[in-house]
Amino acid sequence: MSLAPFTDAELQAYVDGRLDAARRAELEAWLVEHPEEAERVAAYRRLGDELRELYAPLLVEPVPPSLAALLTTRTRWRRAAAVAGWIALGGAIGGLAGWELHEARPEAAAIPEVGATMARRAAIAHATYSPEVRHPVEVGADQEAHLVAWLSKRLGAPLRTPKLDAVGYSLVGGRLLPGDNGPVAHFMYQCNRGTRITLYVRTEMAGNQETAFRYAREGNIGVFYWVDRKLGYALSSADISKEDLLRVANAVYQQLNP
Amino acid sequence: MNEAQRLVDLIPRLRRYARALAGDRSSADDLVQDTLERAWAKLHLYRRGTDLRAWLFTVMHNVHVNKVRATRSTDPLDDEMPELAQGAGQPDALMVRDLDRAIARLPAEQRAVLLLVTLEEMSYEQVARTLGIPIGTVMSRLSRAREKLRAMMTGHAAATKLKVVK
Repeated sequence: MSLAPFTDAELQAYVDGRLDAARRAELEAWLVEHPEEAERVAAYRRLGDELRELYAPLLVEPVPPSLAALLTTRTRWRRAAAVAGWIALGGAIGGLAGWELHEARPEAAAIPEVGATMARRAAIAHATYSPEVRHPVEVGADQEAHLVAWLSKRLGAPLRTPKLDAVGYSLVGGRLLPGDNGPVAHFMYQCNRGTRITLYVRTEMAGNQETAFRYAREGNIGVFYWVDRKLGYALSSADISKEDLLRVANAVYQQLNP
Repeated sequence: MNEAQRLVDLIPRLRRYARALAGDRSSADDLVQDTLERAWAKLHLYRRGTDLRAWLFTVMHNVHVNKVRATRSTDPLDDEMPELAQGAGQPDALMVRDLDRAIARLPAEQRAVLLLVTLEEMSYEQVARTLGIPIGTVMSRLSRAREKLRAMMTGHAAATKLKVVK
């Protein structure tokens, strides 16, 4: 099948209706003399039509509210991202503005590793402590002030326990855990049906530029994690949907950034 | 119109592309959700006045590439031309499912180009920018994707002879 008078790119452009009129006329004349090529072009067009037809239903299918909600309920995330931008200014990337293509660069790809590791550790901690019936926490919510003071001192950072009653969760208590970079604070919350959520807080995240909310899954445990100033947060649950966990994560973020 | 509303308006197109790119519905849903989360968090990187659709599809492309890399799923080799399983059933349903499967069998980078050109009807320049590849690469991937798809589909649907459209 020789296409001698035309390049393959021209043939593709013809299929897509993107060839200029003069060239198109020449190509059409040539196709009349070359039925095999004409058939090939026709097949390309027919497959294009079938492809559009095949996926067309998705264009008219109602958008799940949860998807649109991602773009409306989380206006605060932009602020978090803006904070991230300021932190990043002190860092390595100078030309933050521009295309998402920056994402593909290897130096940027290495950074989320810290966050991913944190999410993994948070999921393990969740799996370890949330099934506990008798000893889910070291210090209970009845001694909240003591719990916060103790963990703040050990982490060397002022911590706060977000109030999550508005989203249906109350504080059970907390404990101290060993982490990659020193002690970690681990808070547990529970709803009235007994579903538990844990919040993992670690320090030494200052060099981390990845501060948007991110989601990870470890086995059956979903984790939303993010960085706010020097602290890294990871919110885990095995029992609620990603959307519900996101709602709680959003509440935690708002509580910590009033 | 603000960017949030424009992003919402683009969701159906994003879902269509994701479905064709990822193959199955649940992977596609995940892909769309992760893309929107990422786009929303990174919206400050979007340069006003530039093509928001291309930007959004770039975000999706990067999310998809990272996912594929993370799960270490391998794409069919470039030269590989697997046989499509023969099945019974309604010819139309079979035909549709086979096109779906044939697209899934294209190498990922060829599939992305074909879908952006065919479904999104992007210009070759827009495709090149969206995927971050030279335009020559767009053309060669498009050409190979189309030929591969034709071979797969006509090889199977031998009963329905291709007509020459005049």
